[in-house]
Formats: sequence, C-alpha cells, structure tokens
Amino acid sequence: MANVPLDLKYTKSHEWVRVNGDVATVGITDHAQHELTDVVFVELPDVGRRIKAGEACAVVESVKTASDIYSPLSGEIAEVNQAVVDDPALVNSEPYEDGWFFRIKLSNLAELSALLGPEQYKMQISGA
Amino acid sequence: MKRTPLYATHQQLGGKLIEFGGWEMPVQYTSITDEHLAVRKAAGLFDISHMGEALIRGPGAEAFLNHTLTNDLSKLAAGQGQYTLMCNERGGVVDDLYAYRLAAQEYLLIINASRIQADLGWLTQQLAAFDQRNEVKLDNASDATGAIAVQGPRVAEFINSCFPGPSAGGTTVARASDLKKNQIAAFRRADATIWVSRTGYTGEDGFEVIAPAPMIEAIWSQVLATGKPYGLKPAGLGARDTLRTEVCYPLYGHELDENTTPIEAGLGFFVALDKGDFVGRTVLAAQKAGGTNRKLVAFKMTGKSAPPRPGYPIWGTGPATSKLGQVVSGTQSPTLGIGIGLGYVPPEFTKPNTTLDIEIRGRRAPAVIVPKPFYRKAD
Repeated sequence: MANVPLDLKYTKSHEWVRVNGDVATVGITDHAQHELTDVVFVELPDVGRRIKAGEACAVVESVKTASDIYSPLSGEIAEVNQAVVDDPALVNSEPYEDGWFFRIKLSNLAELSALLGPEQYKMQISGA
Repeated sequence: MKRTPLYATHQQLGGKLIEFGGWEMPVQYTSITDEHLAVRKAAGLFDISHMGEALIRGPGAEAFLNHTLTNDLSKLAAGQGQYTLMCNERGGVVDDLYAYRLAAQEYLLIINASRIQADLGWLTQQLAAFDQRNEVKLDNASDATGAIAVQGPRVAEFINSCFPGPSAGGTTVARASDLKKNQIAAFRRADATIWVSRTGYTGEDGFEVIAPAPMIEAIWSQVLATGKPYGLKPAGLGARDTLRTEVCYPLYGHELDENTTPIEAGLGFFVALDKGDFVGRTVLAAQKAGGTNRKLVAFKMTGKSAPPRPGYPIWGTGPATSKLGQVVSGTQSPTLGIGIGLGYVPPEFTKPNTTLDIEIRGRRAPAVIVPKPFYRKAD
C-alpha cells in the first residue's frame, strides 16, 4: 500500500497539499509516482501565475506518457521547485519531501475543506 | 479485449495490463526503464503471443508470396527468414512482417497483432485473383499459436538448455545458439514441434519461439527460471517500444500505414524491384527513381526538454519557418538519457545535422536530425 502521510490533504487527481498559514505546497502522491514509474521530465508553472482550483498547471512525464497536474487550490504561484526540473527522479524517490512541485499563496482558505483527508484518499486508492 | 495464454502469468508477475491492438497486454512489470536496460545489458522476456501467424503452403506458395510481398522470397533457403512488407496498389503498407521458409513449399508469416484481420483479408483477396490459386493453401494459425521473444546479449548462454538440439527441421543445427541471424529451426518438445528463430525487435541478439498455444505457459516459465541467474527479466510492451525506437525499427500505425510507402519510410532495401512484378511495384519503382514528398528522419532533442511524442508538430528553424511534418514515434531514451523521435519531413530537410523545432504543448523545443539508428549494440 502506498505511503499516505497523515499530516497532508489530498485531491482525487493524486496531488497532495501541505498548508502553512496561507501558503500551500503541492506535489504528487506516492501512489501517483508509483503508477507513473520513472519520471523523466517535469514542467512547472511560472511564478506569479494566477490559478484556480482544478486548473491544469504543471506536467509530469514518464517514459510512456505525459500527465497533467491540477492545482488543488486557487491563488498565485509563489515558488516552484527547480530541483525536480533538474532531477526528475526526485518525484519518484521523495514525492512528499524534495519532490514537491510548487507553492501557492492562497486566495480562498475556504477551499481547504473541499480537499480529501488521508483516510478518504486511502479509500480511493485502495478501491482503484 | 483478447488475452494470450500468458494472461494469468502476467497477473502473477504483477504486470500492469493495458489495451493494445485489441489485446490485454502488460505494458510493464517493474518499470519500463528497468526492463529496457535489462534487455540491453543481460536479457528480457516478452510475450508476443498476440502477434499473428499465417501458413502458406503448396507448389504455388513462393510465387504467390513473391507477388504479394515486396522482398525477394526466392532468396530464402529452407530455415531462413526475411523482413518484408505487404503493399496495396498505391504502394501503401498493409503490414510489415517477417516471412520464413520452413520447408521447400511451406512458409510462415509473423504479422502485427493489430493487423491480423486486415492481413488475412488482404491475402485471401489476393489469392482469389491469383492464377495458381489452386496450388496455394492459406491458413490463419494465429489463435492456435503462441510466441515469446527472449532478447539480450546473454540469451545465447542459456537458450540451449531450454531448447536442446539437434534441430528437427528448418536450418540444420546441433544447438539453438548455432542459428545465425534470420535463421529458423524446428525443435522437438514433448511430442510437438516448436520453431526457434534468431530474430528480434530490440536491436540486441535474441531468439523468438513459436509454439502451439497450450505449450506457451510452460515454455515461458522454463525460460524465465533458466534465464534468471543470467539477469533475465520479464519485459512489457513499454520497453518493447523504447527498445525498437532506439534502433529505428518501424511500428505499424506509426512509421507505416496504408497511406505510407516503404520508400517514404526509408525501407527501400526491402523492396526488390528486380524480382518481377508484385502488388505496388509500379508506384514503388517510380518513387525509388523519382523521390517522394516526404521522408522519415531520426532526430534527438538538443536542449533540456520534455520528450517528443507521436503527433507533435515538426517545424523548421530557418528564417521562413513552416510546419514540416509530424512526429510518429518518440520517447525519452532509457539508454541515451535524451528525447529521441522519428518523424516525416520534406526530402530537402532530411540531412543529418539539420536543426528542427518540435512543438511540445504549444512551445517549440530544439532538435537535430541524426543518422539512424540512435543506438547500435556492441559487436
């Protein structure tokens, strides 16, 4: 069973969110990286870009396919992780730590309640 | 979706099953990169039972096949095979395939899984109009037959213990590893006859084994167990695709289709214009002499970028840049660590070192044409 940390929130499309005040860090889950296997390329949004919850804003490519990454929340891209651009394998080896994708300055904290908790996400991926 | 005799085996091995040409097949077991590198460095085991088999027999078999296929079949001795293509009257490719002469008047065609219906339909149609049709027997053996491919530099070290010699038909050999490239031989196994050829789709040394469907599961298990100490790993369709792309082998539906000729695809070597008439000859002769509007090129990405994928537009890089064509195959090369691809462009843009731009999600990334293949195995 994939690793699902208890201190994070999740989306149906397999992104995880770590909230710190009004800034959220986003990446893809252990389940997602395991399905993709070897990540060869990551395309990140521009810093300063305004995004809405559910909007495709990044791309992760494995050997076989390109997959869209959807922003879990609305706001402005505050920071992106150059490390995964330089070393895409980090997404596979450290999906929750150094393999993070981008940080959002949140515009609507109420959206947090729409995210999945770890138990809900676990149920989703075990049913998959 | 159809399933091969190895479906349960794929599940047991943890294969990730996907749809391919109407079949439920494993795209990978562990990871595409892992399986790809196993083939390049040691050995990989592929289920190719989804592919089709057609048997053509009789005194008219050679003439019929030489009329229907582009390569010269009369060059084949018993126990030899050749890569060849089957074209329509416009020179468009119905399928690319391997043709083996098993015996004097007995031929085996190995055809693409996605083209079994199309090929048998085409062959039946061609046969109905063939003068010597009463001297030709055509059979579709696809459902009764299974096959596996064992590919990699170490395969020759363990293949003999799986299929002990001497041969019982085809090329006469004491041991399977005595087979030369493109040769095929029969071996006895539990009162049945199986065929082993020294062929493959990966650019490495290797063998393909064709056997009655009920025998395939046991053959797979024995080969896997025997090869494991040599580094043999099960490998799926994902690795099959990255391996063939690295050596620029075409995949039907990508480099080849009914509207693309072998000349456009750079396969003129397998079109024997001087063997006599065959379906498509007129168009192919004109193209060999006068050229084509487009040609297949190999290119690699030169900057840090996402890999090229089928369908991505190819642009020129000169001052008057225009869209030149599109990518038909592309991937991140596990061996080379860069994006590689094949695509069609006008003939004036095909010289190696010509720069191109590949459009990836609306942005253009630089690439350069290189000679084929991207990878060649050490000899």
